[in-house]
Amino acid sequence: MKRFSLTIQGWLLVLPALSVLVVFTHWPALATFIDSFYSTPKGRRPSRFIGLDNYEQMVGDPVFWKAATNNLIFLGGTVPLSIALSLIMALWVNDKLKGRAALRMAFFTPTILPMIAVANIWLFFFTPQYGLLEQITGLFGAPSWPWLGSDKTALFCVIIVAVWKEAGFFMIFYLAALQQISPALGEAASLEGASRWMFFRRVQWPLLMPTTLFILINAMINAFRLVDHVFVLTHGGPNNSSTLLLYYIYEVGFKYWDTAYAATLTTVLLVTLGLIAAIQYGLLERRVHYR
Amino acid sequence: MERQNPYQPKGIALTLETIGAWALAIIWILPLAYAVWTAFHPPEFSTRFILSAPLTLDNFYRALDAAPFARYALNTFLLVTTILAGQLLLCTLAAYGFARYDFPGSGLLFALVLAQLMIMPDVLIVENYRTMSRIGLVDTIPAMALPYMASAFGIFLLRQTFKTVPIELDDAARVEGASALQILWRVYIPLAKPVYLAYALVSVSHHWNNFLWPLIITNSVEARPLTVGLQIFASTDQGIDWSIICAATLLSAAPLIIGFLLFQRQFVQSFMRAGIR
Repeated sequence: MKRFSLTIQGWLLVLPALSVLVVFTHWPALATFIDSFYSTPKGRRPSRFIGLDNYEQMVGDPVFWKAATNNLIFLGGTVPLSIALSLIMALWVNDKLKGRAALRMAFFTPTILPMIAVANIWLFFFTPQYGLLEQITGLFGAPSWPWLGSDKTALFCVIIVAVWKEAGFFMIFYLAALQQISPALGEAASLEGASRWMFFRRVQWPLLMPTTLFILINAMINAFRLVDHVFVLTHGGPNNSSTLLLYYIYEVGFKYWDTAYAATLTTVLLVTLGLIAAIQYGLLERRVHYR
Repeated sequence: MERQNPYQPKGIALTLETIGAWALAIIWILPLAYAVWTAFHPPEFSTRFILSAPLTLDNFYRALDAAPFARYALNTFLLVTTILAGQLLLCTLAAYGFARYDFPGSGLLFALVLAQLMIMPDVLIVENYRTMSRIGLVDTIPAMALPYMASAFGIFLLRQTFKTVPIELDDAARVEGASALQILWRVYIPLAKPVYLAYALVSVSHHWNNFLWPLIITNSVEARPLTVGLQIFASTDQGIDWSIICAATLLSAAPLIIGFLLFQRQFVQSFMRAGIR
């Protein structure tokens, strides 16, 4: 009887949160999948089952392939760059440098600023001729270049802004982990005559591994989620050269109102996120976090 | 006594490292510094950096005249408080249930909760829009807030915290005849205060800055938050008047920037605490 009442209490406690979760996360995820097999309702024509037609459309859609490729390049650019930079920042701030509190603040500030707001300022930096970037490159006599207006560099700019936004956030996790490494290890290593590089390579880096994995997973998820700056910087252009998957979903779903096709694209995004979850599970198998 | 770190750089190495760190820091702070410069100087100085340039608040007045930023700010404030209130209530109850009630099915339910760490509402925009239009909530603050209220991250964080509370405290209160909710209110919540503070800071700054979902679900001044208002303002109304855009940018981020400057340490520690699982 006591056991029964505890069960009821437990369910009652988790039920409110769980029902909101089901309505706004689990159900939409499932509905996305279902809708991808139906047509978009148009006017008086209701949606009907069309099997894999949406997927066929997707396979033949060059913009989808462009967005997917761009997203992989975006991932390949932002993930290693932001991890490397955040590690360097943390190592620097961890040393006793002049003004380390100010340094830490400077690195961390982009984290709390709205992406949509700072993207406007980056927009100015990248503006040809009188933008800040060209005022500097102009000093060295470099020719003017439309950074955001050229399909050669637009995606590159989108990557730079994302790295700038993320690196300081990741830094604090490295910093926390570095500060947990026992000073005795450094003393022992220096007695053995290890160089600083050796100490980093053989002691600090392995001990930072769990942090690196945590950051890696977060950076990978962000690579598929961070699109706010695309709205300001390039709108996915020119010629879709800087469009990303989520941005393309927005365009299809809310500019062309082709909801069924948007659901199909979202399915691809959900499968990708599922893959990242599988990687996380594989990598972290031996040290399960959720206990 | 603080122990000496033998790998603390010295001499030239220290100088080089300091220069490198400061160079990077200057690049990192440059966008904000530029925004401050341009917002407080007349437009003709937005691309010329002369120390004798006169200071002015004109750009802020012009920005406030050109778009209803006060209304946007009110909407953002209502949005983040609605979300935070919902999160605190829902996540506290659920976290307590998962931490202290080992009922049948709790493992499976908790796995369902954790799924949201991977599949965030941020990517489910198409279906969530459909849901909102079905229940007639499009263009309202609840529509912006609801998908984020049951935060898996919040439930997880609070559950971990509640699990560290000694079970003896729980038992003692139970012996005195306190109900589950009374115990939660008098024992668990007070002990978890620092975690609540950390979570609140992260939640508020996250949702203050959120853009895509509010952009989709709002279409009027009455509901639009600052991020969306700023984007519409910067892309349509102004052309390329950088000084007014910079002023608007600072206005929309001001509460966060001021809060961050005042409570820098708490911010960094909160993000750290919230991130480490």
